[in-house]
Amino acid sequence: MHPAHSIIIFTVTSGLGFGLLAFLGLGQPAVTGWSAFWYFALGYALSVGGLVSSTFHLGNPQRAWRAFSQWQTSWLSREGVLAVATLTIMGIYAFCAVFLGQTLIVLGIIGAILALATVFATSMIYAQMKTVPRWNHWSTPALFMVLSIAGGALLTAHVLLAVILLAVAGLLQMASWTRGDTALAQSGSDIGTATGLGARGIVRAFEPPHTGNNYLLKEMVHKVGRKHAQKLRMLSFILMVLVPVLLLLIPGGWVIVTLAFLVHFVGTLTQRWLFFAEAEHVVGLYYGKR
Amino acid sequence: MTTLPQTTDKKLGLVIDLDTCVGCHACVVSCKGWNTENYGAPLSDQDAYGSDPTGTFLNRVHSFEVQPEEGPAQLIHFPKSCLHCEDAPCVTVCPTGASYKRQEDGIVLVNEDACIGCGLCAWACPYGAREMDAAAGVMKKCTLCVDRIYNENLPEEDRQPACVRTCPSGARHFGDLGDENSDVSKLVAERGGIDLMPEQGTKPVNKYLPPRPKDVEPEFDILAPYLEPVATDQKGFLGWLDKALEKI
Repeated sequence: MHPAHSIIIFTVTSGLGFGLLAFLGLGQPAVTGWSAFWYFALGYALSVGGLVSSTFHLGNPQRAWRAFSQWQTSWLSREGVLAVATLTIMGIYAFCAVFLGQTLIVLGIIGAILALATVFATSMIYAQMKTVPRWNHWSTPALFMVLSIAGGALLTAHVLLAVILLAVAGLLQMASWTRGDTALAQSGSDIGTATGLGARGIVRAFEPPHTGNNYLLKEMVHKVGRKHAQKLRMLSFILMVLVPVLLLLIPGGWVIVTLAFLVHFVGTLTQRWLFFAEAEHVVGLYYGKR
Repeated sequence: MTTLPQTTDKKLGLVIDLDTCVGCHACVVSCKGWNTENYGAPLSDQDAYGSDPTGTFLNRVHSFEVQPEEGPAQLIHFPKSCLHCEDAPCVTVCPTGASYKRQEDGIVLVNEDACIGCGLCAWACPYGAREMDAAAGVMKKCTLCVDRIYNENLPEEDRQPACVRTCPSGARHFGDLGDENSDVSKLVAERGGIDLMPEQGTKPVNKYLPPRPKDVEPEFDILAPYLEPVATDQKGFLGWLDKALEKI
């Protein structure tokens, strides 16, 4: 799949933002006044910034409001509805915490659940794709969720929890890569089933329908990243999990935690780039590109 | 609404004969022509006369080579467009309700006024049937020429999809695949029509007719008996030479 910058930035930053908002909703830390203001400002900057970034890849962003209507069937629509619900509930919660010095516990818990549900809906947009066997697995939402909560733990300096969650994310990531590498082969789809000619012999794409490029090839048959995939996997694992965990084991307070977060952020961007670049869409079978 | 209808009154679709398709791309051209001038946003081209031309098409013709276990390889031309699936994954993922499947005839369409161009439906389609138009920023797909098949301003023989109307080898057929007595349904039953990627669970309406087995030509060469191989047990000089060479 084509690794669109806007979508990579969106999924990473909104994941972190909603993770942070979930911690704030649960009163971890239970902040009021100015310190609450800065916490919520960061949470909203990340989550709203991500959502705004996601509209940049739309062909007609002026109609984006219509995306709230089809929550009954569409995970993308559910994500939009949940995001707005989270931001509204947490907005009231934040207002009371910042300006009135009040912590509305029940509202916070609802907001935290909605925040995590939003991240889940985001991950299901990808996990539901039967056409992309690498994504079509429970490990996709699991990894999105763990990374989001780990990000929240990092941003609220829950050091022990962050170390544990980052370790879990690392294990999930390894499992996801290992399974993903054989996912297409095990999906049962190949050039034989794609053309329906598989029973007759060995099928080979002889001549493509067009000599130039097209939307399908640009969007769904991206291959550039696979050349350096192994190196990038190492790099993303080191930055996303290994270095942050080692840093967090050093007792150093805020400076170390901030540094660990920044390294983790870059690592997660790399991981998310690979998430798209390595994903094989079955339409590539028609072009003999799998 | 992006909820799929439980059943549709008709299942309009195409039957494509892989045996008779000659790979001329006439259907591609007529499709592009009709759908650029009629329903919805035109099918745009980018850098059409430059070094890197691209464009939106609703129908494309691939060519595949099939090498059987025995005998020569076969070249099969393979037109591919929207299969108007009964369980269309492109419809349910649409966040705005722009994508829908019609209850009356099963045609899958896009309401371009509501399409935000997120591209998720193209991701959900295993067949590559949907292409985002780079100029209009909306998703384009085969409409089964919905503006021809019911169009009473056209002569009756033209009330079928442009690709079917133009096909010079009769490789494309249009009809109601939900009616088992229709010509297309009979054709599918007779020729063993198949679904593409059935494992994806999309239940496509369009069917493909596999190439028929090649005729085996009878041997009737009258000169054949006179061209039998020469006797193997050689005599005289050639016989001696044969034995001598074998001993070396």
